[in-house]
Amino acid sequence: MSLQLDKLRILRKDHAMVALDLTVAPGEVLTIMGPSGCGKSTLLAALVGALPAAFSMTGRVLLEGREVTHLPPHKRQMGLLFQDDILFPHLSVAGNLGFGLPRNIPNRAARIAEALRAAGLEGMGPRDPATLSGGQRARVALMRTLLSAPRALLLDEPFSKLDTGLRDQIRAFTFQQAQDLPTILVTHDMDDARAAKGAILSVTGELLS
Amino acid sequence: MIRAAPGLVVALMALPVAAGLAGAFLPAFGFFPALGGDRFSLEPWRALLVWPGLGAAVRLSLVTGIGATLLSLAATLLIVAAWQGTRSFRVVTSLLAPLLSLPHAAAAFGLAFLIAPSGWVARALSPWATGWERPPDLLIVNDPAGLALIAGLVMKEVPFLLLMTLAALGQADSARRMAVARSLGYGRVTGWAKTVLPSIYRQIRLPVFAVLAYSMSVVDVALILGPTRPPTLAVQVLDWMTSPDLSLRFLASAGAVLQLLLVLGALGAWVLAERLVAARGRLWAASGGRGQALDLPLRALSTLPMGLIAAGVGLGLVGLGLWSVSGLWRFPDLLPQSYGLRVWSDQSAQLWRLTATTATLAGLSALIALILTVAYLQAGASHSVGIIYLPLLVPQIAFLPGLSALGLWAGLDGSLGAVLAVHLVFVLPYVALSLADPWRAWDARAGLAAATLGAGPWRVLTRVRLPMLLRALCIAFAVGFATSVAQYLPTLLIGAGRVSTLTTEAVALAASGNRRLIGVWAIMQMALPMLVFIMALAVPAWIARHRQGVKVA
Repeated sequence: MSLQLDKLRILRKDHAMVALDLTVAPGEVLTIMGPSGCGKSTLLAALVGALPAAFSMTGRVLLEGREVTHLPPHKRQMGLLFQDDILFPHLSVAGNLGFGLPRNIPNRAARIAEALRAAGLEGMGPRDPATLSGGQRARVALMRTLLSAPRALLLDEPFSKLDTGLRDQIRAFTFQQAQDLPTILVTHDMDDARAAKGAILSVTGELLS
Repeated sequence: MIRAAPGLVVALMALPVAAGLAGAFLPAFGFFPALGGDRFSLEPWRALLVWPGLGAAVRLSLVTGIGATLLSLAATLLIVAAWQGTRSFRVVTSLLAPLLSLPHAAAAFGLAFLIAPSGWVARALSPWATGWERPPDLLIVNDPAGLALIAGLVMKEVPFLLLMTLAALGQADSARRMAVARSLGYGRVTGWAKTVLPSIYRQIRLPVFAVLAYSMSVVDVALILGPTRPPTLAVQVLDWMTSPDLSLRFLASAGAVLQLLLVLGALGAWVLAERLVAARGRLWAASGGRGQALDLPLRALSTLPMGLIAAGVGLGLVGLGLWSVSGLWRFPDLLPQSYGLRVWSDQSAQLWRLTATTATLAGLSALIALILTVAYLQAGASHSVGIIYLPLLVPQIAFLPGLSALGLWAGLDGSLGAVLAVHLVFVLPYVALSLADPWRAWDARAGLAAATLGAGPWRVLTRVRLPMLLRALCIAFAVGFATSVAQYLPTLLIGAGRVSTLTTEAVALAASGNRRLIGVWAIMQMALPMLVFIMALAVPAWIARHRQGVKVA
């Protein structure tokens, strides 16, 4: 399992904002750093297949050697976590996890219970997500993404809105849970980047550390 | 289905209007083969010009329409400018939504009962202040100047414009603009007019235009409150149109075209006036006047329309209810001497039958409109969809007669399906107006999150977006339902007398002067959409009772 960006360029009005040519191995966390507005989030949008109309893209995206460049978001199997947890407010915690779990999977209740246990949220399935703490919500969002069996994980500053103490804990939990997946983390926070323990690049591919 | 939706919606809105206008223009110039008009001529126009009531009817349309629009807009802006951001403002605005569901006719009947010579106002003042022992012989309702008509229109249009303004406020960054203006020393009203109003007005322009077109050409309210000899042009056109003397159809068509030209002319004049006011306003905004001393008197002034509207609607509806159960009620007693349900039981069979027809038409048209609106919004609404607001700007009286003639020719008139289709033409714009803002305000990241979890577009729509927008969908349905219930002219003309609703029945009673009967029908006409509105608020709140994150406020 690997995520390959093959001569990927994202252009805005013929100006290349993002230029990357690399492969992320399973279990590796590649960090993309830069100030806001540099195109980090646009890169992730392009990778999941939701590039805003103002941009254009050249090059290819390959997941496990299979080209996904032209697939719609729901067929790419790329998990994405946002700055906010984006839990669906109309579903319970278990409902959110069940939404992530593919339909043909048997023993759904058991799988959901197992994910809750792994996240330290045992028995919280019937709860309203709005009644959870920020850290709990972040963990539900991660488990929901992992239950959807992604082949790569994309993290869009998912720790930036958490309190400092919680942040280390959620970060460690995320990297531990995602250990077999090729992961790309975009952030402007140096602590996040160091904790990822992988290469740190700019959006144009320069090695930052 | 979804990809075809924008085209379908545009066709559904534009074709009836275009066909109806053609059906008015051709006979207006003498062409209507079925009635022997097989050559173009100016004869209908000559006949219209020699009608002695023409000058008065045209003047009434202009004065009542423009007057009602100006007063409604001024009252709305004054109320918002004076009270935005205060706690009482939030309380008042939360009461507005149900008011929107009140049909024009019911509100007009309520007002008529209130201000009539034998109404509550006269009773409260008699005989101690007025000396009246019997209802005076005064023309207060149906006054020749159209003042009662203007009052009846303002009473309904202010809540509508207030709601549209409130929706716009959220997008105009109004709180921060006001904070800046206030910190620079501007008074509340002056600061609002100079900083918030320019961007608000741009967004409520279309509703203002709709109010102007509607007020100039309204038929049902004018039948209840408007002058009678001559009536407004729209009422006169309907009179000619429904006359047994079919040769009057040519005259009616010329009148309908004149009505259209009047509305277009008034809209044009309004746009010119907008430019003048805007140019003058820019100079005024830059002149630096703080207007702090204006706040107190303007706040006091703004309570006047609020109080009058609240009293007019509230007491009017109570009056309707009381009349419907009153036995003997002598002047100038404030309350009836006896009560009874006789009129209700006499009418019950007919009431149930027409309530069923009305609810069927309203429920189906609102549901179809909701599905079409969701489909075209989902298709990524393009500019051309602006055309769905066309039926709000073209006067009903200008194109419905032509449409009914076409229906007659095609053998479709008088069927429930044809009435449903024509209701849809008016229901869809209001459903779209109601749903468009919440639809766009939805956090699109929820959709992307769902898609990256493997949900296709259909699943994102049905499992994420629609459930998250449940409250907005229910309210849009209720708005559509109320719009359909309130339709008088489309039901009358396309139904050809064979499809009756609570509204056609209630308005038909206007001339009878039988207050108990009118009270019964007007109360039913009001209660049905009100009930649906209450359910539209209660059902999503109940469904989301364990989901704090779902907006139900």
